[in-house]
Amino acid sequence: MEKDILSPLSTFKEEVLDIYPKKVGKKRDKAIVFGDPDNIPQIQANVRTVPGIITQRGCTYAGCKGVVLGPTRDIINITHGPIGCAFYSWLTRRNQTRTDQYDTNYIPYAFSTDMQDSNIVFGGEEKLKAAIREAYELFHPRAIAIFSTCPVGLIGDDVHRVARHMMEEIGNGINIFGFSCEGYRGVSQSAGHHIANNQLYKHLIGRDDTVTGSLKYRINVLGEYNIGGDAFAIETLLEKCGIQLVATFSGNSSLDQFQTAHTADLNLVMCHRSINYVAEMMETSFGIPWMKANFIGAEATAKTLRKIGKYFGDESLCLKIEEVITEEMKEVEAAAQQAMKKTKGKTAMLFVGGSRAHHYQELFNELGMITLAAGYEFGHRDDYEGRRVIPSIVIDADSRNIEEITVTQDPTRYNPRKTKEEIEALTAEGLEFNGYEGMMAEMKKGTLIIDDLSHYEMEKLIELYHPDIFCAGIKEKFCVQKMGIPLKQLHNYDYGGPYAAFEGAINFYNDIEQIACCTIWKEIKAPWEKEAYVEATYAY
Amino acid sequence: MLLKHTTPKEIDRKSLTINPAKTCQPIGAMYAAFGLNGCLPHSHGSQGCCAYHRSTLTRHFKEPIVASTSSFSEGSSVFGGSANLVQAIDTIFNVYDPLIVAVHTTCLSETIGDDLTQIISKAAEEGKIPEGKMVIHCNTPSYVGSHVTGYSNQVVAFVKFFSTSTMKKRNAVNLVAGWMEPSDMREIKRMAKEMEARTIMFPDMTGVLDTGLTGKYTMYPHGGTTLSDMKATGDSRFTIGLGEYCTTDACIKLENKCKVKFEVVDIPIGLKATDRFVMSLSRHANVPVPDSITEERSKLLDLIADNQKYFYGKRVALFGDPDTLVPLTEFLISLDMKPVYIVTGTPGKGFDERMATLLKDIPEAKYMSGAGADIFRLHQWIKQEGVDMLIGNTYGKYISLDENIPFIRFGFPIADRAGHNYFPKTGYVGATNLTIQILNALMDYQDRTCPEEKVEFQM
Repeated sequence: MEKDILSPLSTFKEEVLDIYPKKVGKKRDKAIVFGDPDNIPQIQANVRTVPGIITQRGCTYAGCKGVVLGPTRDIINITHGPIGCAFYSWLTRRNQTRTDQYDTNYIPYAFSTDMQDSNIVFGGEEKLKAAIREAYELFHPRAIAIFSTCPVGLIGDDVHRVARHMMEEIGNGINIFGFSCEGYRGVSQSAGHHIANNQLYKHLIGRDDTVTGSLKYRINVLGEYNIGGDAFAIETLLEKCGIQLVATFSGNSSLDQFQTAHTADLNLVMCHRSINYVAEMMETSFGIPWMKANFIGAEATAKTLRKIGKYFGDESLCLKIEEVITEEMKEVEAAAQQAMKKTKGKTAMLFVGGSRAHHYQELFNELGMITLAAGYEFGHRDDYEGRRVIPSIVIDADSRNIEEITVTQDPTRYNPRKTKEEIEALTAEGLEFNGYEGMMAEMKKGTLIIDDLSHYEMEKLIELYHPDIFCAGIKEKFCVQKMGIPLKQLHNYDYGGPYAAFEGAINFYNDIEQIACCTIWKEIKAPWEKEAYVEATYAY
Repeated sequence: MLLKHTTPKEIDRKSLTINPAKTCQPIGAMYAAFGLNGCLPHSHGSQGCCAYHRSTLTRHFKEPIVASTSSFSEGSSVFGGSANLVQAIDTIFNVYDPLIVAVHTTCLSETIGDDLTQIISKAAEEGKIPEGKMVIHCNTPSYVGSHVTGYSNQVVAFVKFFSTSTMKKRNAVNLVAGWMEPSDMREIKRMAKEMEARTIMFPDMTGVLDTGLTGKYTMYPHGGTTLSDMKATGDSRFTIGLGEYCTTDACIKLENKCKVKFEVVDIPIGLKATDRFVMSLSRHANVPVPDSITEERSKLLDLIADNQKYFYGKRVALFGDPDTLVPLTEFLISLDMKPVYIVTGTPGKGFDERMATLLKDIPEAKYMSGAGADIFRLHQWIKQEGVDMLIGNTYGKYISLDENIPFIRFGFPIADRAGHNYFPKTGYVGATNLTIQILNALMDYQDRTCPEEKVEFQM
């Protein structure tokens, strides 16, 4: 049956590529491939979008300020530029943060230098300095971050110099640092993630050796942004198992979490795309190994917990983890069975982000649904094909522009948590370190994998294959729904969630069941528009 | 507390904007471009601008907002975005087949000084613009003015590129719509029809950004000012601009280009602004005001008179755009409410002058526009002395929850409630909707906060 569903996909390329100008068609051809887990094909990814093609991609600033730094509550994030960038990134991602009455929380605030034409002509550094002074006078923050927008790079404002200058001027131990995350850098949000990772490493990680928390097994979860409370669900679950979450990068995070993150003994990487750089750097300088993890999907969550257990190699921890999994799975299975009545055999397409289009396939599998097509907005080849292809990725001009920082062993605090031999032994037991298999390894033969899906390709996918559910973001939502197909937003969860961990899986099942049960789609045709409609006549 | 770090203590703040009451020009240009039938807005800059504008507009309208971008890379930022725009034009016409592409600039392309006229003629010379299709443009540097300025600049571009005088005057009046909801435009057109006035509205987002669910998606819905109507604006007998900031420049341009005389009135929000609009349309379209309109007016008056005690003396804080704040403030005064704090991030003298006149009998009123006029400051004023009601976009929610103030959502963006797409705020009907919203919010607040023995069955 699955084969019947997948086989019509094989003509997709012929259906769409013709309309493009020749060169554009050639380029798009390389970004559209068919799944084959046994023989993973090469996909074109992380390359420039063709102007005018209508992409869903955003910019470097969005990846840096919006995604990675946005969820941290106690840094004053000043956007240096005209007003728009600060405005659009103000409370528009659902990265929740939980504070008590004494905690600092600047997330509901937008800070901008609101550059005017005179600043563009004469430079904006003085205005930025003054803005930092004013921010300090009003709020006395422990840290201020500066985010560069497009014109800043062009006119040559040096935000890093301003940061150093103001740190000295204000004193009091304040930490001020800048990000050269101008929107034109790179080819998508992805460049912004990288830039954010670099600065996190340079300016925050490792500044405080205080060991926080009381639990023995200490880990960080990287690439988890607490959309809809995902990080809360993960933290609750970890605590239940007796595992201390030292820092989340960066959902529900704080300065202290970043600064003490190096005291953890394992890094779990959720969104590989946005945060793998930090994982690598922390391993090099502090000796903390990292593993790819996934808390999206009940089975994936169980697998991830077992990985942690195995890593720490403590039997009582492993037993506790099994106990928690058994307990949680009862409710999960009941919910899945319930939802499955409505969802089994239905089809889904996922085009989102740099990891979610992969992770969420887990949840659809658990619902008995079939993923027909998937792709990332800003993933790289390794997110599709696995990290093994990294050495063969050609570094183009757009990637070369992004700073690569050299990281060395910390002279005093480098402490390999596992010896080489231990790592080898764990690897032999099935744990994978520093690895990510990518999305394609888990996609069925004959499915469609498309990078940086264009608006036109999206329309064609729906017109040709009528999936039961399409997963993407706010920009796509209403286009798809006008066509009578429900769209589930996987950037902001349609204001639902959490979807992570066992608790999240249940939420997701319920939400997808709700979508599958929604009856309004069946009412689109008015009674008089339906074929069977016969005009009534009066018989006299 | 959501905004727990806001204190009543103001400092002399000149450089830091906190919680802006404005955004940047290009989003206004993008919004206005949807008011032309068959038009695809195009953002000449980084991808992020286009993505942000589309997301923000989508959150507000809950409708497809599709626009293209020149996708600048670092290379284009150094060497100019000419190749990107030419390529974009080629791709757009091949794949998306719009009638018109409306290009607007961004701070990036403005800073590097891309010359759109020259780039677009290059695209035309290279045969990238099919016959019968058009690429128009406007300059919308993000570091000047606000989203309101961008809207105005796009509307000026419509006049510049399309309005044509054939020397044969038609008995029609142009209605240049300022930044309002499609539902507001629909109501204004309904009133004009009721008055049997022949009008051309531009831009006109009805039927574009308020479409139904039919199972079919089309990038270019049936609505929007048609190209032939847009051309014909040059032959109209008169132009009425609705909203000083958004439409004055377009009115002037049309007068200069096609000798169409004009008058700018406020967006018809509230009693008096609607009165002025009706009078203006009646005079310039040379049509009498029908009894049906007078009846709509009388029903509004009836509602206000019946509930006057609830409005009297209530202190109101509001933020938004000048073109809506001015008539809104005036209407609150008509309700005998007291607009005490009014803030817009959009700079301009017009706002300050109008406020000075409107608020002359409310000595405690404070208003501010442009630099330093942000929602943070408004909140500080509220903390200094409280208000009974807050009116503004969804960002006001955080203040209203912290301070426990009844809150009316008005402006852009409204991302957390439904209704603005359906219930107009313009005309007498819109003023009635607005009055009911204000009244119910005040009554709900009274019910929720009064002692149990004071809960009234009848209010």
